Amino acid sequence: MATTHVKLEMRHITKEFPGVKALDDVTLTVRAGEIHAICGENGAGKSTLMKVLSGVYPHGTYAGDIVLDGEIVEFKDLKASERAGIVIIHQELALIPELSVTENIFLGNEVVSKGLIDWDLARAKTKELLARVGLEVNPNTAIKNLGVGQQQLIEIAKALSKDVKLLILDEPTSALNEDDSENLLELLKGLRAKGLTSIMISHKLNEISEIADAVTIIRDGQTVERLDVADAPVDEDRIIRGMVGRALESRYPDHTPHIGETFFEVRDWVVEDPTIPGRLLCKNSSFSVKRGEIVGFAGVMGAGRTELARSIFGRSFGVFRSGRLFLNGKEIHLPTVESAIAAGLAYVPEDRKTHGLNLLDTIRKTIVSADLPKIVRNGLLDEDEELRASEQYRQALRIKTPTVNEGVSKLSGGNQQKVVLAKWMFTEPELLILDEPTRGIDVGAKYEIYTLIQQLADAGKGVVVISSELPELLGMCDRIYTVCEGRITGEVLREDATQESLMRLMTTTTAAA
Amino acid sequence: MKSLKGLFSGDARQFSMLFALVALILFFQIATGGKVLTSSNMINLINGNSYVLILAIGMVMVIVVGHIDLSVGSVAAVVGIIVALAMRDWSFPWWAGLLLGLAVGAVIGAWQGWWVAYVGVPGFISTLAGMMFFRGLNQYIGKSNSIPVPDQFETLGGGFLPEWGPNTGMNNSTLLLGVLAVAYIVYREFQLRKRAKRVDSQPASWTVVIVRSAVIIAVIVYATYLYGTGRVGTSFPIPGVLLAVLVIGYTILTQRTVFGRHVYAVGGNKSAAALSGVSTKRTYFFVMMNMSVLAALAGMVFIGRSTASGPFDGTNWELDAIAAVFIGGAAVSGGIGTVGGSIIGGFVMATLNNGLQLMGVGSDRTQMIKGLVLLLAVAFDVYSKQQGKPSITGYLVNGLKRQFNVTPVEPAVVPAGVGNEAVTDAPAVGAAPVTATTHPTGDARTEREDK
Ligand SMILES: Nc1ncnc2c1ncn2[C@@H]1O[C@H](COP(=O)(O)OP(=O)(O)OP(=O)(O)O)[C@@H](O)[C@H]1O
Ligand SMILES: [Mg+2]
Repeated sequence: MATTHVKLEMRHITKEFPGVKALDDVTLTVRAGEIHAICGENGAGKSTLMKVLSGVYPHGTYAGDIVLDGEIVEFKDLKASERAGIVIIHQELALIPELSVTENIFLGNEVVSKGLIDWDLARAKTKELLARVGLEVNPNTAIKNLGVGQQQLIEIAKALSKDVKLLILDEPTSALNEDDSENLLELLKGLRAKGLTSIMISHKLNEISEIADAVTIIRDGQTVERLDVADAPVDEDRIIRGMVGRALESRYPDHTPHIGETFFEVRDWVVEDPTIPGRLLCKNSSFSVKRGEIVGFAGVMGAGRTELARSIFGRSFGVFRSGRLFLNGKEIHLPTVESAIAAGLAYVPEDRKTHGLNLLDTIRKTIVSADLPKIVRNGLLDEDEELRASEQYRQALRIKTPTVNEGVSKLSGGNQQKVVLAKWMFTEPELLILDEPTRGIDVGAKYEIYTLIQQLADAGKGVVVISSELPELLGMCDRIYTVCEGRITGEVLREDATQESLMRLMTTTTAAA
Repeated sequence: MKSLKGLFSGDARQFSMLFALVALILFFQIATGGKVLTSSNMINLINGNSYVLILAIGMVMVIVVGHIDLSVGSVAAVVGIIVALAMRDWSFPWWAGLLLGLAVGAVIGAWQGWWVAYVGVPGFISTLAGMMFFRGLNQYIGKSNSIPVPDQFETLGGGFLPEWGPNTGMNNSTLLLGVLAVAYIVYREFQLRKRAKRVDSQPASWTVVIVRSAVIIAVIVYATYLYGTGRVGTSFPIPGVLLAVLVIGYTILTQRTVFGRHVYAVGGNKSAAALSGVSTKRTYFFVMMNMSVLAALAGMVFIGRSTASGPFDGTNWELDAIAAVFIGGAAVSGGIGTVGGSIIGGFVMATLNNGLQLMGVGSDRTQMIKGLVLLLAVAFDVYSKQQGKPSITGYLVNGLKRQFNVTPVEPAVVPAGVGNEAVTDAPAVGAAPVTATTHPTGDARTEREDK
């Protein structure tokens, strides 16, 4: 391996934002034809490093050199790096939902002949690209009708259309379920076999140990080490040791549940699709939560778990058809989000950018935003109280930021997720519904979030966790419901649950007995 | 001195605007040979612009929430004519006329707010319709005539505060206002210090506090002097007092109340706001309604000043108000903007008008200049945002910072020591989290095992 040539070298990269040194003398060496993983905790500087590489932060705004194929390059923007064959797929997908697959793939790179776009040629090329990424969809389909996994593949097809030599993927699988992730990793392996070099950032360490040829670990903006699979096998524990500086005994905190009586119940919940009349998103779903209990919801992407949760949470999604809610044995009606919050419900959405955060706000304003009345004194918002509360959560969740007066848009992805969690914990809910709560969160922080969830449960609250990561559900939940195509298909106690049994229930279409 | 930034804590954008305004005033003062900073001109400046500034207060909320209101001029005009008629033909006393005007404003606002919030017609369209409709209504009701208003109304639009008490060589009402303002500044500094201590952050150094308050107090004292020593019988004008009350009230409303937070939340991310329990419809409704109430008030101030209500009152006011808001730093896409900034933006436009007029520049060239100023102010804003740099002040402060290597005064909170404490040491959280066992490690690297 050592003889293969070096595709990319980033030497002594330092990047500062006002008040933050995001990168401090980072060095990265990537050999041609390898899949190189970058690991590190939230806010370590991984995304920033890739933005430096791809010209998002242009030459001159950072210190250090980028050496591509032995030559120093200075990109002034994204276009310039694309010309050199570097394509980045960002942490947040950048496809336009209303446009078709073809339009998205060639956006900014339109196939032009004689001054006009040649749609026939574009479509033909799209078909070819889709075949290369193993996706069977009509090129005319609008992106919004595709699943996240398919969208991710489209992003890759788009990259391939640009004649990519070095592909950068920033957390490509964080929004994908296991099948889709597996699919994507296979595709990357296939592309590697054809000689493509890729850099991949991920918090899913099992994927990294499966696919990576080399791993660079970044901590606090500095390179900690570079691990080479050729030298010694790189397993998850090894990466964690590099990331956090010590071994992690267990991924899930030990916990003895103290389960009380049932306090929240949903009966025969029926919700219709808001855009397609007659299509049911929840079909007679019934479930219950006990005090002190952590209840999981397993299902493949699109099974209707988010829809179920959001329709319960103040009917914030879908068209309510029928169903009843009971809190502490009494029937309640939650027609608005306001009433749901007042009743003690909280819902942490799966997509922080579109549903969780106002990116223009500061951390402190965001944390108190779901329960403003709590900090009102004499009719006015008490700013001392706001600062005190947000400071408390910053420390409790270890949100990495110089101060809580910082804007949330400046936080790393994982730290934004923590802010959303803090916002909902601040409402001190009786029932906390978490939709993919650890998406994009590093191992250490996950452990902390699990601990927080358990503490809430121990304080007599109920917690619902919707997750696409089965190990997470198996590690955290006392009871797990499985959902398939809008129907609850099973209910399994932790003791009885295995990945296989859950998988089976997640794909059966008959209702639970 | 630790930092320049600490001098004017808070919004750097706003400070840079204030800075530009002061520079502009001084420029015209010199260019006109001292005609700007005279008491009569400053009275004119306030009286002649108060109605647009009142509109700007409402407009910034509309723009923050993500809409725009084109109807304000027409609404002001229709309210003006109704109030003038009520007072002349139905012998309404002045105060009843005033209340009627506000009520009409509220009804019109509810109408427009309903279309925007509950039917979902974008503000641009529904108020474009309102702009035409209410202009026509004004001319229909008034039969395109001018209708005079009683004396008391003229006080509202251009009156002065009373003269009383011992002879101080100044108007005592103005003097009192000045004293109150200075007292408030001093009080606020002490409050800030007290708060900083309460929340355990480092208070600004005494030098910073003294320099900062001294500058502000000097401005207040000068303004008090200017307005207090004008022609006998004049003072700080009543529309100015009204404006000051509104600015203070609306600053509190937007910054310190639940409703204010909702306005910014809806403007920043509508679906996140909705999922946080904010009723977006109610927010749209009240913001639009409030705008029309303020337009009604502006219309009444204006007919007071011009002593009559006419068919072309309020033409193009919406554009002046919108320009003020954008010069004041609001974002077209919503979510950003402040009352204070918009008022300063309004004063920048007003000063330009006034100064150019005093220099003898015709209205043709004045308009051209104003157009360019709007364009450049917003372009500069956009540019600085793209560069990730704050603003003019940002440049100044950062430039100096690099040179003198001063650190910001913000409480020096070190990023939580990432991954240096045992993970099992996780924070104890009951219903509300208890401060965690985080040891802020100043230098996280020292604890790292180097490979
Ligand atoms: N535009 C910005 N302005 C100020 N600080 C920033 C900006 N972008 C990133 N940062 C800071 O730089 C640091 C590194 O951020 P980065 O996004 O690279 O982290 P990351 O390693 O990708 O984390 P994650 O795993 O959570 O995505 C963080 O402390 C973040 O707050
Ligand atoms: Mg990142």
